[in-house]
Order: sequence, then structure tokens, then C-alpha cells
Amino acid sequence: MEHELLAAGFGGQGVLSMGMTLAYAGVLEGKEISWMPSYGPEMRGGTANCIVIISDSKISSPIITAFDTVVALNQPSLDKFELAVKPGGLLVYDTTGIVKPPTRADITLLPLPASEEALKMKNSRIMNMIVLGALLARTRVVGLATVMEALKKVLPERYHHLLPVNEQALRRGMELAEQLQPA
Amino acid sequence: MSDIEIMKGNEALAEAAIRAGCRAYFGYPITPQSEILEYLADEGRRRGMIVLQAESEVASINMVYGAAGAGARVMTSSSSPGVSLMMEGISYIASAELPCLLVNVSRGGPGLGTIQPSQGDYFQAVKGGGHGDYRLIVLAPSSVQEMADFVYRAFDLADKYRAPVMILADGALGQMMEKVRFPDYDPAEHVVPKPWATTGKTPDRARNIITSLHIETEQMEQINIRLQDKYRLIAERETRWEEVQTADAEWLIVAYGLAARIAHRAVDLVRARGIRAGLLRPITLFPYPSKPLAALAGRVRGMLTVEMNAGQMVEDVRLAVNGRVPVSFYGRMGGIIPSPDEVVSALQKMVAQDVLTETEAN
Repeated sequence: MEHELLAAGFGGQGVLSMGMTLAYAGVLEGKEISWMPSYGPEMRGGTANCIVIISDSKISSPIITAFDTVVALNQPSLDKFELAVKPGGLLVYDTTGIVKPPTRADITLLPLPASEEALKMKNSRIMNMIVLGALLARTRVVGLATVMEALKKVLPERYHHLLPVNEQALRRGMELAEQLQPA
Repeated sequence: MSDIEIMKGNEALAEAAIRAGCRAYFGYPITPQSEILEYLADEGRRRGMIVLQAESEVASINMVYGAAGAGARVMTSSSSPGVSLMMEGISYIASAELPCLLVNVSRGGPGLGTIQPSQGDYFQAVKGGGHGDYRLIVLAPSSVQEMADFVYRAFDLADKYRAPVMILADGALGQMMEKVRFPDYDPAEHVVPKPWATTGKTPDRARNIITSLHIETEQMEQINIRLQDKYRLIAERETRWEEVQTADAEWLIVAYGLAARIAHRAVDLVRARGIRAGLLRPITLFPYPSKPLAALAGRVRGMLTVEMNAGQMVEDVRLAVNGRVPVSFYGRMGGIIPSPDEVVSALQKMVAQDVLTETEAN
């Protein structure tokens, strides 16, 4: 099995670290992984993205153009990557600031009020973990327990006191995904 | 074997350098390889390396010359425009036969170009770049694992042949993260005697002099002859490549580095559509795997070279097959990475052309 994902958003929204967390979790579950970040000019002020591939077998190309799952955390990312979702795939997006929602009927859309939820939880920086939780609930690509283990590796030790709040965010994301009927 | 780690290619390369017993690093920051300098400035220094950010690439390469002359395992790294600045020093190092590791995590050019991945420096790495009749041994990794593995091999080759070795990667290989496992390697077991090194004269021997200046032309020719003999020996012994699904292949893709990963995917995709394709991935770009390519030229209907440039290695493919089969090229330039689908289209076009030619012939 192979899961090919792209996560995109503004710099600072945490798409790169979300992808990295997924990749680490993949390794902890014995999978092959690749994590390919955009590091070009788009990272310096515009949108950042990363491609994460989690696979049971050796990964050939780390660079691909069609994805099982796309996570889009702002309008430019949604505009750019809606068409990159494979037919039957999943498009997760944060509803905040979206004026032109996606229109494709051949994929599953998961509109997530992740930024609003993060504000309710009084921590805008865990928005990416709410999204990741939702993604886990829908795709089952890796387990929640492994993601928590992975976070210990991704987060520098001085932030380990934030692990519980990250777990709450992941769980909240999972709940949201289960409540929301696929559009 | 140590545990599996997840690292960026640049970090894996730097960690491998420490483990390979590299004593000194001299470099100047440039995207997309600055993590090498950052990692070594921190981890390398902590574990006993001399790590210096020089005032420029020109200074860095001359510091490498000095440290290598003194017999140290030494390296530098840069990216395309920075490597161009080093070319004079690299020619001197090749002439003075100094073992060292040079790393080019290349980006799109020409000029200052872009910071995105490219293979536009193939000619520079493989055909010279600096002046005079010299060669670099050039290794082309295509994964984070190989970014680490090739460091050990590069240092060993450099010491074995008293020659500069280049690892030619690209920005994507430097920036991407994959699993990596560092091999067991004890630098103490890989120490090569360096009686030529300038470590201080002792009464029992003449002065060691390291220079690339030889005013006597006869002497300079002798040095050239020795260098060429050495390059021939390296070509005989050290050529490396990987073949993927070539046993029954009718069509062959030739690609190295990141492009080979993309081409591998394309091979899987076209095989699913009934086209028997295979891949030959040169691992050493000098020496070049011309012999296996020539052998495959007798078996396949055509070859497609895929590169992230305007078509550089394709010249070596054409030299190797010497007109026996058609050789096409597909590439993207300036930091754009070709997608597996684009490679599939290029190969399908070649196959269609072949069918057309065959029909006309009939």
C-alpha cells in the first residue's frame, strides 16, 4: 500500500512539520517514507508545501503530481492543488478565509473549521494538529499512538510540555472528521 | 549497523562525513546546501572536527588544498555558482594529486540562477570545469541513504587514488528527508599512508613539495601521462551503475540522481501499460558506465535519456552506443523537475515513432 499526500498552506501554519510528523509516524510503523519540502521562493512569504509518501515498499519518485490526499490550509493552496487530488481521493481544507470552495464531485471534500477550533482551544499553533487528526480519522494512514510517538521526535525537547495539548488537538480533529458528513 | 534515522540529504551527508573521519571542513553558505555547514559547525565541531566558514568559496577550496596537502581527510561543499568559483582551486588540487571530497548540491543556472534542483552542472563536474586535462571521480547519489553512503566511498577513493572526488547531488536530494542507516565504518581501518604529505621534514627524507607548477614541459608532460594512466585505472576498476528491469527491456531510460528516481516511477507506469522498459542509472558519472550501455544497445530498440538540464549526459550515452540505437532526450531546465508522467509521454512518443518507422520500412 502506498499513500501519497501533499500539504500546503502559508508559511507558519505548520504544513511542513505536519508532514514531517506523518513521515516519522510512518517510519515508526515500519514503512518507507519520503518527505519532500518546497524550499524555494514560495516558502519565503507565499505558500509552503511538502509531499509525503508513506509506502509498504521502496519509494521510486519522491516527486509526483497526483495525490491520494491533499491538505490545503489557504485559498492559494486550494486553487493550486484541487486538481492534483486523484479521482476518489480526499481534499481536506481549512474553511477560514476560503471564499471560493472546491467544486470537484469525484473526490471527497472535508471542509474543516480548524483555525476556529484552534482559537476555541486558545492556541492557534495547534491548528495543523487538528487537521492531522481529521486526516488520521479519514485515511487511517497511521495510528494516533504512533503520531504521538512521532511528535516526541519532531518537537524539540523544550516543547515536550506541549505534547498533551497536541494530543487534544489531534483528538479534536478526529472528532470533527467523524461528525462532518463527507460533502 | 546503527538505528534508522530520518534526515535531510544534506544532514545525512554531513553526519557521514563526521563518521568517515573527516578532520576538516571549509565552506561558505549557499542554498540549497547550507545545512551541511550548519550541521558540521555544530555536530562536527563538538565531535572534534575543524569547521571553518571561510570568507569565500575561493578561500574555502584553497584551504582544502592546504589541509589535503598536510594529509588530512578534508572536504568542502557548495552549490552551483559557488562551485564555479572553486574551479581554479579544483584544477590545482587535481594537478597536485590531493585527495579530498567536493560536494555540489546543485541548483538551476546558468548564472546565479535559482535555488531549485537542477542537473545543469554535469558538464562542469564530468568534463572539467577547471582548466587542463584533469578528471574528478564523480559520484551521483539518488537517495538520502546514498548521500550518506557515498561520503565513505568518496573519501576512500580519494585516498586510494590521490584524487579529488566529487559528490554531485541536487537541491531536492539535499532538502528531502528519507530513512537513513549509517554503516559500520571505523576510520582507523581506512587510513592510507601519505608519505607525500607536508607534515614536517625529518632527517631521513627529502623535503615534500606539493605544487601544480612545473616549468619544465617534459616534466609537465610526465605528470599528465601519470594522471591519464590513473584515470584509465579508475575507469577499469571503479565504474558503478544500477540496472532496473533491464533483463527483458525493449526500451531503456538512462538517468542519474533524482531524475533516475522519477524515471524509475515512469518505468513502473509504462510497464503497467505493456511497454517493456528498463532503467540504467549511472552511479559514477566519471568513470562513465559506457560498457553496460554499449551492451544494452545491442538488445534494446531505443534509449531515452532523462535529465534536469538541456541535455548533457545524453552526449555520453550517444558516445557509448555509437549510433547503434536511437537515443532521445527529455529534460526540464532552470530548476523545474520533470514529472513521471512527462517521462512516460516522452517514452511513448519514442515507441510510437519506432512503430511508425517500422511500418514505413514494411
